[in-house]
Amino acid sequence: MSALFDGFWALLGLKVLVSLLVILNVALVIIFAELKISAHMQSRVGPYFAGGRYGWAQPIADGIKFIQKEDLVPRDADRPVFKLAPMVVLAGTVAVFVIVPFSPTLVVRNLDLGVFYALAAGSIATVGVLMAGWSSANKYSLMGGLRAAAQLIAYELPLVLAVVGVVIHAGTLSMSGIVEAQAEPFFHLGETAIHLPYLFQGQVIGFGIFFIAMLAELSRTPFDMPIAESELVMGYLTEYSGIRFTMFFLGEYAGMFAMSAIASSLFLGGYYFPGLDSATFGPIVLMAKVGLLVFVMIWFRWTFPRFREDQLQSFAWRWMVPLSLVNIAVTATFKVVF
Amino acid sequence: MTAVDRHRLSMHHSEVQVSVELQTPDMTLNLGPQHPSTHGVLRLIARVDGEVIEEVEPVIGYMHRGYEKIAEVRTYPQITALVNRIDWVSGFANEIPFMVATERLMGLDVPERAQYIRLILTEMARISSHLVFLSSFPLELGAATPLMHALRERERVLDLIEGVTGGRFHPNFNRVGGVKPAAGAGSTQKKVIQDLPIEFLEQSRQAMQYVRDVCDDLKDLVVGNEIFMERTKGIGIIPVDKALAFGVSGPNLRASGVPFDIRKTDDYLPYSNFEFDVATGENGDCFDRYTVRLEEVIQASRIIDQAIDSIPSGELQAKVPRIFKVPQGEIYVRAENPKGEMGYYIVSEGGRGPYRLKIRSASFSNLSVLPWLLQGQLVPDVIAILGSLDFVLGDVDR
Repeated sequence: MSALFDGFWALLGLKVLVSLLVILNVALVIIFAELKISAHMQSRVGPYFAGGRYGWAQPIADGIKFIQKEDLVPRDADRPVFKLAPMVVLAGTVAVFVIVPFSPTLVVRNLDLGVFYALAAGSIATVGVLMAGWSSANKYSLMGGLRAAAQLIAYELPLVLAVVGVVIHAGTLSMSGIVEAQAEPFFHLGETAIHLPYLFQGQVIGFGIFFIAMLAELSRTPFDMPIAESELVMGYLTEYSGIRFTMFFLGEYAGMFAMSAIASSLFLGGYYFPGLDSATFGPIVLMAKVGLLVFVMIWFRWTFPRFREDQLQSFAWRWMVPLSLVNIAVTATFKVVF
Repeated sequence: MTAVDRHRLSMHHSEVQVSVELQTPDMTLNLGPQHPSTHGVLRLIARVDGEVIEEVEPVIGYMHRGYEKIAEVRTYPQITALVNRIDWVSGFANEIPFMVATERLMGLDVPERAQYIRLILTEMARISSHLVFLSSFPLELGAATPLMHALRERERVLDLIEGVTGGRFHPNFNRVGGVKPAAGAGSTQKKVIQDLPIEFLEQSRQAMQYVRDVCDDLKDLVVGNEIFMERTKGIGIIPVDKALAFGVSGPNLRASGVPFDIRKTDDYLPYSNFEFDVATGENGDCFDRYTVRLEEVIQASRIIDQAIDSIPSGELQAKVPRIFKVPQGEIYVRAENPKGEMGYYIVSEGGRGPYRLKIRSASFSNLSVLPWLLQGQLVPDVIAILGSLDFVLGDVDR
């Protein structure tokens, strides 16, 4: 019994603990980044007092405030589903991190079907959103939940199809395998080996589609129709308060982290950067790439209006799906020819 | 069985029906009176099929303050304080038609300098009102940043209005026969009075430059945005005949292509001394309503620039006794307010206050087009259309 506990379970416990700590802390950092970046884009100062300097403790203060709030459940709500929904969202998001490689060795579990798993786990969060919308007994929540579901169906397909190009290139579905494949020299220029991430190996369209679909999957502007505060009050979040709202909130930002980490691993070379030792600098390199993508997402959020639901659908089916199919065909042709 | 139980039971019935017959019954969606996008307390009872509006019934009156009735027991100077609370986004502009109507009934000649000050402040009120629209309309489409940028420049304009009148939103600055001496410009009791604050003209000229700059920014960043065009072009079209039939006025009417501007047709203020263009749209959709107002801000800044250059010196007020009576008579004076045509119909029986005051407010008439306009639209478009009509609930309900 003790041997079992020492080995497998201790390691598992440690992994879960470390992952959760890292993910939630990064989510807090992203929240802070969003507060500050949006403020500066709008000629404001942003959080200023919390923590004494630069308002660095603002997300923590917000979190403490939310936890103190009453946990309201509407009378007509479907109680178990209503209470479960935020957990599903958070759990689905956190589960994605299982396969994200932070360095050649720093990975929770290197699954052979890593990409497949990531995309599957990533869409669990949308089920949580649908649950929240349905169980709230609120018309705005319902519309928000249905919009989220429609969005998932429309954008899951281009998301998966965009990845296929990378998978064809790398010849593996394992995330670590894909990153290592990008660490291989793309070609040699005389004596120097040129390393390029897949983004610069011809997967520009793939990356573009992945990024747009990612925004839609995360309900970030310009695809934030499920929340759409000017239309649906707060969408599926309308009836949530206190700790449950916090879970949704953390889930959203953890989701940004998760999807950016996947996008960086698939298209931007993950933990690998030419000239830097992956074993030591891997996590820093990956976080830098994640930071870049997160910044672009925040940038979009504060500069774009949002699409309309039907425009989103027609954009997905008429442009993104055909384009990603073309991308697959071209990638496969090159792979076979060269 | 309580009412709640019965309600739940009936909900269950309808759910069963849905699953068996695959019907989708219409849902009644209550937009407002407390909803982020109804600009106050407008309530829309919408029958929606999915996200498509089948029928919509606006419910107004939550903001009714009975100004027309109150006016019957108030004196004319007291009513000034009431009327600038009608459309609080452009408080100053509301006072003008009422003052002009009263002065015409009394046969007063308003000094030219007072008229120029009125005109400058009216146009500033127009700019501040339109900047609120230009910044909050993108917010309704989900873009939060233009709000901050445009409101920053609006603050300069409000500061100027405050400098002259002492109030940001509710100036209460006009007096029958002219304008009040400026706030902080010396005692009103003494003979020596100053009208405009020091450097007001210079600061106005500077503020107009800032306003034009932010308009350029909005032109590039909002009007030029692909998603913005996608969301507004061809949405909520009001054809000319419908616009005229519903009594739509102001920028909403001009967006439909009717070049009707009361500043050009009437002479309630000396607009004929200045050069400015009447901005018109082509299609009468949300996009045109946005660009027309954007152009109007630029034209208003043009007018202010010209007025600053040519403002005459002289008296601020015509000779009016402190307590006065208005001769018997009836008059209607209208003005081109930021929201549209605003008019006051005064019936005087020769007393210190009006016998009856009828207020024709622009937002009320503009809003009447809603039930016709919103039919068959999608919920997100409803928000866009509501925003593009640019109404203020205080102006609707009075």
